Amino acid sequence: MITPYTSNLNPSQEGIPDYDVAVIGCGVSGANIARRLSAYKIRVAVLEKAADVSFGTSKANSGIVHGGFHHNKKYLKARLELLGNLMFERLRRELDFPFKRCGIIVAALHEDEMKAVEHLYMQGVENGVIGIELCSRERLLELEPKLSSDTVGGLYAPGGGIVEPYRFVFALVESAMKNGVHFYTNYRVSAAERDNAAGRWTVRAADGRSIRARFVVNAAGLFADEVSSIFGGEQFKITGRKGEYYLLDRMTKARPERVVFPVPTSVSKGMLVIPTVEGTVLVGPTAEATENKEDFSTTSERLEQILDSGRKMIPSLSRNDVITNFAGIRPVLDEDFYIEPSKKAPAFVQVAGIQSPGLTASPAIGEYVKDLLKGIGLELTERSDWDPFVDRRPRARELSPFELDSLIAQDPAWGNVVCRCENVTEAEIVEAIRMGHHTLDGVKYFTRAQMGRCQGGFCTYKIIKIIMRETGLSYEAITKHGGESRVLEGEL
Amino acid sequence: MKELRYDAVVIGGGAAGMAAALEIDAAGFSCAIVEREDHLGGILMQCIHNGFGLHEFSEELTGPEFAERFATKVAASKIAVYLGTTVTNFKAEGISESGASVKELICSSTDFGVMRILARTVVLAMGCRERNRGNVRIPGSRPAGVFTAGLAQRLVNIEGYIPGKEVVIIGSGDIGLIMARRMSWVGCHVKAVVEIMPYPSGLTRNIVQCLHDFNIPLYLSSQTTNIFGNHRVEGVEVTPMENGALVPEKAFRIDCDTVLLSVGLVPENELSKDAGVELNATTNGPIVDSTMMTNVDGVFACGNVLHVHDLVDWVAEEARATGRNAAGWLKGERPTMQVRVKAGSNVRYANPGKLDPRRDNKVYLRSLIVKNDAVLELRLDNRVIRSIKKGHVQPSEMITLNIGPKDLDGVGSDSALELAIL
Repeated sequence: MITPYTSNLNPSQEGIPDYDVAVIGCGVSGANIARRLSAYKIRVAVLEKAADVSFGTSKANSGIVHGGFHHNKKYLKARLELLGNLMFERLRRELDFPFKRCGIIVAALHEDEMKAVEHLYMQGVENGVIGIELCSRERLLELEPKLSSDTVGGLYAPGGGIVEPYRFVFALVESAMKNGVHFYTNYRVSAAERDNAAGRWTVRAADGRSIRARFVVNAAGLFADEVSSIFGGEQFKITGRKGEYYLLDRMTKARPERVVFPVPTSVSKGMLVIPTVEGTVLVGPTAEATENKEDFSTTSERLEQILDSGRKMIPSLSRNDVITNFAGIRPVLDEDFYIEPSKKAPAFVQVAGIQSPGLTASPAIGEYVKDLLKGIGLELTERSDWDPFVDRRPRARELSPFELDSLIAQDPAWGNVVCRCENVTEAEIVEAIRMGHHTLDGVKYFTRAQMGRCQGGFCTYKIIKIIMRETGLSYEAITKHGGESRVLEGEL
Repeated sequence: MKELRYDAVVIGGGAAGMAAALEIDAAGFSCAIVEREDHLGGILMQCIHNGFGLHEFSEELTGPEFAERFATKVAASKIAVYLGTTVTNFKAEGISESGASVKELICSSTDFGVMRILARTVVLAMGCRERNRGNVRIPGSRPAGVFTAGLAQRLVNIEGYIPGKEVVIIGSGDIGLIMARRMSWVGCHVKAVVEIMPYPSGLTRNIVQCLHDFNIPLYLSSQTTNIFGNHRVEGVEVTPMENGALVPEKAFRIDCDTVLLSVGLVPENELSKDAGVELNATTNGPIVDSTMMTNVDGVFACGNVLHVHDLVDWVAEEARATGRNAAGWLKGERPTMQVRVKAGSNVRYANPGKLDPRRDNKVYLRSLIVKNDAVLELRLDNRVIRSIKKGHVQPSEMITLNIGPKDLDGVGSDSALELAIL
């Protein structure tokens, strides 16, 4: 498959390229902002410090499209959540990423929790959430028969859903790339200078590259505080709140039909049981402040908490079904999102503290930031040739035998099952590599190969060989997630 | 889409699959092997060390040599071999052709496209996979440099790459022990093998030849409680256990750049489950009767997909019997009466789950305990019928046992044979 627009990934240019807008950070916020801006006649660049997009908070979270009842509408985050939620159908039609409006349940296990549930219900009604119901025990068990018999009642929000967050980001990036946005990876912003006469920022990377831009958006997630400092913007401190998760095999008997939440506490929405769009089950997250924003380690104590907590709601959860555990870190600033033009740095928009419900809100954040940029002087003229659609990509596991057979006739690589656990073929791996995903993790998030029950035990060496063949990289350049994460240390 | 028909299809072309297919072919039935790799032999091909074939061929062979003996016979037979072909769907019930019930396999292959294969009988011989870090829930960070021992073995022995230089091996399973020696040979420093149990989980001969001979320390009753490093592994934390509980104040760190996991094998039965095959919760393999047939009529299982073996020789022997039984089933032979086998004291499991009192049966069992001068006791309906002296038993060494019509004289259909280790 030929995808010419991948030339917009790390484009080679002479001199210092000039853009209208530079977005720093390519998580789900940055990707939505870039994609939204790609509809206008402006030049946009996205600068990402990691080896691939969606490698930060956006890759390790619950993957929930929230139901709009957890937060009061006085908060910007609640208003953006409500708007963002409604934008997912259209985005899915345009971008073909896994999303399902499966509904969200909040299950109360004690009578005393019902007060809090009623409060959530009233808040949902106040927020205008469509179809939200307060449920009796009987109604809730009918909606979700796997719930514990201790369930006393709860809440049901049919508009909540599930999404594969990294696939969402990849699709947004592909769409933006297709419409001319430039993406730079391994671009760790290290310095910035403002030329007020020219009305330009020069944004320098640690590796010596630089670009110029009239406007800069700070969507740097956990590191938005550092980026703000570099640009002479507001001083604030993003703290990390780590969330650990367990991933369960798709064969587990504990897979619910809907996302199951406990009754929230003042600190967090609690540990949930999530049926992922791709068929596995996720349990978590914990919520714990962490000093080191690059420490994604898990602990046995927290992991035990997750299982205990999950089992209270769904007793059939078994540790035998666990295939992996991981942690993500939410960027915490204040109670609310901080999205506004800087009062200190010119032509600089802060998009910081995007913790939950950031993924849900992200399409609305794109819209909101577009309007903020317009408000501070960015002229926006719609492009007549903007194409909101990306090509639909076949996946062997979703095809009928007849469809797959005809694909194999065109390209035999469709017949080579590389990842047996998730049924991923060589053709899909090659496509991931051609789309610019050159690390083992990048290939994993794009294709699901190595994401199943054997966790790459059988297919890792095959994927390494395919990456080397397709890119011409030597074995020393094969990494798990870029940088120093080298996979092989020598040759015989 | 290609459509093919055979009397029997064997899923998997390792030692078990080849041995079973050869028997079916020898009995005159049409038979196919479907193998996802580009070669027969399965995981034996990366086991380039010797120690294979002592029972089967009365000589010591390497893995590829052992496999070649069977592959040569397969090549000389009428067996159809589909390499590079993965079964993606297996339906064993509800499909019939000209009035007879058949099984349906949907397979993907670069050479043949998608194939639909119909067969009267299916032999499951898919082998097993390695348990990984997630399965044993080792906490810590998730850097590059954590491999299952089998993946590392593949990288070194076939692909020609060295996964790392300073190695800690978690778990003392046989592949881990073999890799301790292999990594030492390629110039790596194997700093420790860490085993959670108070005894090694691999064969004694491997402890001697792969650890003692290379002065590699083995930490028993020790749990790996952390893996350090954000990008590449930087070390592990090991916490000793006393009386089954962790002693955190005795925890220590070992610096390393690579972690190999040898923490057990799991039969790969996802296809079997799709087809409605019932599994034994202890072995994770199908529950089989005296003919190695699962609960699904005409679907048999043998080798590591049935239960994890420690010697390929026993795999070949078990698979041959299974192949003969599958051929018998095709001829219409059915056991008239079967005696249930029960795992008694100190026995983890015994396979098969039923015995035919009219025939010679081979039983494979594993001990739960480590013991010298043990006694294996056979109790038929609570009456001791035989006591066998065992110089030494341990969980890592499978025990085999012949039980014939003499032992089972006069049993009824409600009878049960209990096996106990005392």
